[in-house]
Amino acid sequence: MPEMVLLGDEAVAMGALHAGISAAYAYPGTPSTEITEFLIQNSKKNNGPSAHWCANEKTAYEAALGVSFAGRRSLVSMKHVGLNVAADPFMNSAIVSIHGGLVLVVADDPGMHSSQNEQDSRYFADFARIVCLEPTNQQEAYEMAREAFDISERFHIPVMIRLVTRLAHSRSVVQLSEPRTENKLEKAPEPNSWILLPSNARNQWHGLLDTYKEMQQYSEESSFNPLTLNSTFTDYAVITTGLAKNYYLENVPDLNEQPSHLHISAYPFPAEKIRSLASSAKKILILEEGYPFVERFLRGILPNGMEIIGKESGEVPAEGELNPDNIRPALGLESRTGSPHPDMPLSNRPPQLCPGCPHADSFNALKMALSGYGKSMVTSDIGCYTLAALPPYSAIETTVNMGASIGMAKGASDAGYFPAVAVIGDSTFLHSGVSPLIDAVAHNTNMTLVILDNETTGMTGGQPTILPSSRLEKVVLGIGVEPEHVKLIEAHRKFDEENSKVIKQEIEYNGLSVIIAVRECVETAKRHKREGGQS
Amino acid sequence: MKYDVILAGVGGQGVLSVSAIIASSAMEEGLQVKQSEVHGMSQRGGAVYTNLRLSDETIYSDLIPIGGASLVLSMEPLESLRYLDYLNPEGQLITSSNPERNIDDYPDLDTLIGKINTLPHAQVIDARKLALEAGSGRAANMVLAGAASNYVPLKSETMEGYIRKIFQRKGDKVVETNLKAFQLGRENSK
Ligand code: SF4
Repeated sequence: MPEMVLLGDEAVAMGALHAGISAAYAYPGTPSTEITEFLIQNSKKNNGPSAHWCANEKTAYEAALGVSFAGRRSLVSMKHVGLNVAADPFMNSAIVSIHGGLVLVVADDPGMHSSQNEQDSRYFADFARIVCLEPTNQQEAYEMAREAFDISERFHIPVMIRLVTRLAHSRSVVQLSEPRTENKLEKAPEPNSWILLPSNARNQWHGLLDTYKEMQQYSEESSFNPLTLNSTFTDYAVITTGLAKNYYLENVPDLNEQPSHLHISAYPFPAEKIRSLASSAKKILILEEGYPFVERFLRGILPNGMEIIGKESGEVPAEGELNPDNIRPALGLESRTGSPHPDMPLSNRPPQLCPGCPHADSFNALKMALSGYGKSMVTSDIGCYTLAALPPYSAIETTVNMGASIGMAKGASDAGYFPAVAVIGDSTFLHSGVSPLIDAVAHNTNMTLVILDNETTGMTGGQPTILPSSRLEKVVLGIGVEPEHVKLIEAHRKFDEENSKVIKQEIEYNGLSVIIAVRECVETAKRHKREGGQS
Repeated sequence: MKYDVILAGVGGQGVLSVSAIIASSAMEEGLQVKQSEVHGMSQRGGAVYTNLRLSDETIYSDLIPIGGASLVLSMEPLESLRYLDYLNPEGQLITSSNPERNIDDYPDLDTLIGKINTLPHAQVIDARKLALEAGSGRAANMVLAGAASNYVPLKSETMEGYIRKIFQRKGDKVVETNLKAFQLGRENSK
């Protein structure tokens, strides 16, 4: 059997390819980006299946739905907070009768390595009443991706695969199996199951609730939820989910006794198996990567008097990632020791804008422009420029979610704040900044928007922006920003003085202005040079 | 056999490429390998590291436990001290002496190197100097890979074979420079 060394992300992508997908969609976001990077490379090399970056996660999801409606298999991937953007098509896609298999990969980021929160996507799967699979290693990532498509077509639901950063970005050998061919192009047989008028939707929801029982049965029988009972040791039993299993197994050699163990990687979780595990021991220890998802349910379903140890009881850390060490206290094991530290404080080394970054110059000009006002507000967004929150720039004051900078500056201005400035990157603007800008146009809000156009999606490694930089101005004009208040500047320090004047002038204008500060990201520029000038 | 390595450095220094040399060579020698990487925000000039685990048995955790690493290999002196919790008290620390000063409060270099040298099994290598001697300052990472080759449970020929493979398309001269750098790293560490 052939084998490959793959990142967790790439293993999912490979699994999807071998499951016969016809298309894949995504918006880049750490730690999910490498899934689609891999599929795009593959598509170039092998002439398909098509793999595209989209304007945002919602549009990506909708495209995947279209593939399913046409009878073929599709993969849509995103980071956890991306699913908030795609929540509308996601929740409703559970109600339609999925035709060609549709698999959603969501990469969560416990520990917030590169994200603004650590929300656990299993709640979304539960909310939508669908199956979620959670691999613990690269091999499972490959196999589960394949199986997810079969489950999707069997139950006519989208299936979620939940990854976490440590698996997404860890590399290991994966054994591959025989690829499957693509589905026939054949529209969904009953269009009513895709027209969610209330009368149809009620039928569909009823059907989903019936199917949910079958999903529960699937989960009871699935080998993805292995239960091993040890009747000779009843002090406590262990439930693991996700990567917690690896950290647990890492510690098992140090335990005197082998507790009974249930690992859950297919949801809805197997209630019967949990009950048999519970009847085998006096206490249950629950180790979960993410929120105490299973734990909170169990506190409701286990017999009274059964002691449950986990995040809710405080023995397992409730924030951040699990690791082989922070679960040891819950297992009653001593902590391990490493090497001694020399007595010297270690300076932190936070990430920072690259030397020569165009954003640095834009922020200089912006700060100069704002220096004359006693007060100012700069709302910001998500991208490399978020790093301008740190010294020496300390130039921005908010980062909440994709696109929020513009709506927030509008709100602050409506509330009477002046001067209100929003900054947003080109890719984030096209992702979800256009709609709030339309709101600002509609009310000619007194605010200034600076689009930091580095001509790429910089933070995630330089994916092309969905529209070329040259089109940005037309987009802004097209939605009705007054042409005399749309200004293009070159984000370069040699123009700091001039640029700050332009910004100041537009701040002074009592209405909406948009300044597009253009210069290519230096990292992307370097890469383009290496690749011989093509973009 | 189990051998865990933490590779440390600053985003952009090529931590992943050194990690790949060891990981690929280990696979070629039939070992199981897990390599946990840092992508995203920290790659912009922040502290980065990989957890590289080699074993002839199943490896469960992608992360190295406290005290589990046999080697910390650092592209940069300050970063070499960041992961000591993970280094086994008997383990080796190998670091380049060449600082990456992209922060304002970078410590005094002599004090820093002095502190590293107080650790029981530490070696500080002037990777840039040896790389220049080999023909290119850009081969500093190969010097460190060479130094590591004295410790990792792999044949140096396997690692050299991999280096040859990755630099092949850049021509014989580049291959020779990198192999020379590897060799110098190997000779200049104990
Ligand atoms: S990757 Fe590009 S946009 Fe991001 S900090 Fe570096 S130069 Fe700036």
